[in-house]
Amino acid sequence: MKKTIVPIGPYHPLQEEPEFFTLTVEGEKITDIDVAVGYNHRGIEKLSEEKTFDQVPFVVERICGICSTSHPLAYVRAVEDIIPVTVPPRAQFIRTIIAEGERIHSHLLWLGLAGHFLGYNTVYMWAWKLREEILDAMEILSGNRNNYAMFKPGGVRRNIKKEDIPPVIKKIDSIISTLTMLKKAVVDDPVLHARTKGVGILKKEDAISYSALGPTARASGIRRDVRKDSPYEAYDKVEWQIITMQSGDVFDKLVVRVLEIFESIKIIKYCLQNLPDTEIDLNLEDIPPGEGIGHIEAPRGECFHYVRSDGTNRPIRHKVRAPTFMNLPTYKSTIVGQTISDATIILAAIDPCYCCTERIAVLNKKGKRIYSGEGLVRLSQEKTEKIRGQLQ
Amino acid sequence: MGIKLKALLKSPWVFHLSTGSCNNCDIEILDCLTPRFDIERFGMVLVGSIRHADVLLVTGSANRKCIPKIKKLYEQAPKPCLVVAIGECALSRGMFINSYNCPVPVDKIIPVDVYIPGCPPKPEAIIAGIVKLIGKIKK
Repeated sequence: MKKTIVPIGPYHPLQEEPEFFTLTVEGEKITDIDVAVGYNHRGIEKLSEEKTFDQVPFVVERICGICSTSHPLAYVRAVEDIIPVTVPPRAQFIRTIIAEGERIHSHLLWLGLAGHFLGYNTVYMWAWKLREEILDAMEILSGNRNNYAMFKPGGVRRNIKKEDIPPVIKKIDSIISTLTMLKKAVVDDPVLHARTKGVGILKKEDAISYSALGPTARASGIRRDVRKDSPYEAYDKVEWQIITMQSGDVFDKLVVRVLEIFESIKIIKYCLQNLPDTEIDLNLEDIPPGEGIGHIEAPRGECFHYVRSDGTNRPIRHKVRAPTFMNLPTYKSTIVGQTISDATIILAAIDPCYCCTERIAVLNKKGKRIYSGEGLVRLSQEKTEKIRGQLQ
Repeated sequence: MGIKLKALLKSPWVFHLSTGSCNNCDIEILDCLTPRFDIERFGMVLVGSIRHADVLLVTGSANRKCIPKIKKLYEQAPKPCLVVAIGECALSRGMFINSYNCPVPVDKIIPVDVYIPGCPPKPEAIIAGIVKLIGKIKK
């Protein structure tokens, strides 16, 4: 059959970020996919080299608005890994509360968007209405709806006041009943079953070979969660379960995310009720030379940061690997063989976040890469050294 | 006020253009459509194509790969087309002002009618901005 290419993007109603998909189709069937990113690249790794250790959390917070807790948390853990120090228990609990609040609002956001992509706008409106309650709770705790700015190397910036705890618990309790109803409506809906069951299956072997992360991997039956595998902050002090499903289709990814919201609510409530009464900040002064890594479980999977210090007040190298970077290649195994009408929901099923994933490659006119990754890093480091030499 | 602008005021249809933002402003725009804020009751609809839109909502610090696309989209928009820059990045590039990939702010690429500051602006601020835009046209 004749092959046709269907271009989607870079500006299209499917997702809010710009990205360019090239779908090769035979009739209705998709035979190949290519993704071109780069419309969101802002050079954050380079920017963070010119900021001080205390300023970088604000930069990495703006890598992605939805993961605006995961990136700073991974970064501050990487900086603490250089020294190394452990933050006071109260700071650990506050970090856990903020991180789980982000997970709830991110999963609800995805659930709503998934409904929207399927043409089921009731789910979209419902999920986003619930999400507002969580954003209100986060506003009480941190002072902002989205960019919380709570983390700093050595602790947190803002304490949780005693009088703030009951209204937050009330807000979180208020969504449980609606969320249970939404869960039932979503999980038992025959329309959603027809659209998502058996669609975009990611087999367990494929998930392992592509190194899928987060809910994408857990829906394929892989028990992989950084919060349990190498517990950080307060996750080992709380009772909670890893949610896994077996078949790896879009429906299982949806169920994993919905059930994870309930686990997150459990964690937040436990942490708020058992907040230890200690300091919240270690007041770190100097960061010694060395290198450190921080990896945490973001809503989309493992988020990994690497920081190298040379003893000055700025990081000399900061490397970010966001979860979507690992989940994006799974399209090759999920979308090939499916019909074009299912493409939207399969492309959305990994909860893609392109602003986290952006990388740069310099091409010449023939489309060949001029610099390799290492070459670019070397160039960047040489320039940083040159500028530092001029400043001294 | 021309007849075209007068017709536009009744129900401005918006198209959302992310030029390398962090998603936050984009989500706050979508938030305006959901039950708590619900700007659809004022006739504002988010449309899928620039060719149907009256108002262009621009977010993000325009990066090198996006700039040609922004110009192209603005050319494709039916005129009169009003442009609203949302968020600190679109206004002045915010903290990405020193980035190698963000050469100019959005208003150096296309004409901007209303600026809504904030990182990200709250949905209330976005609605207030649109109200100001309508007030500006009425004058």
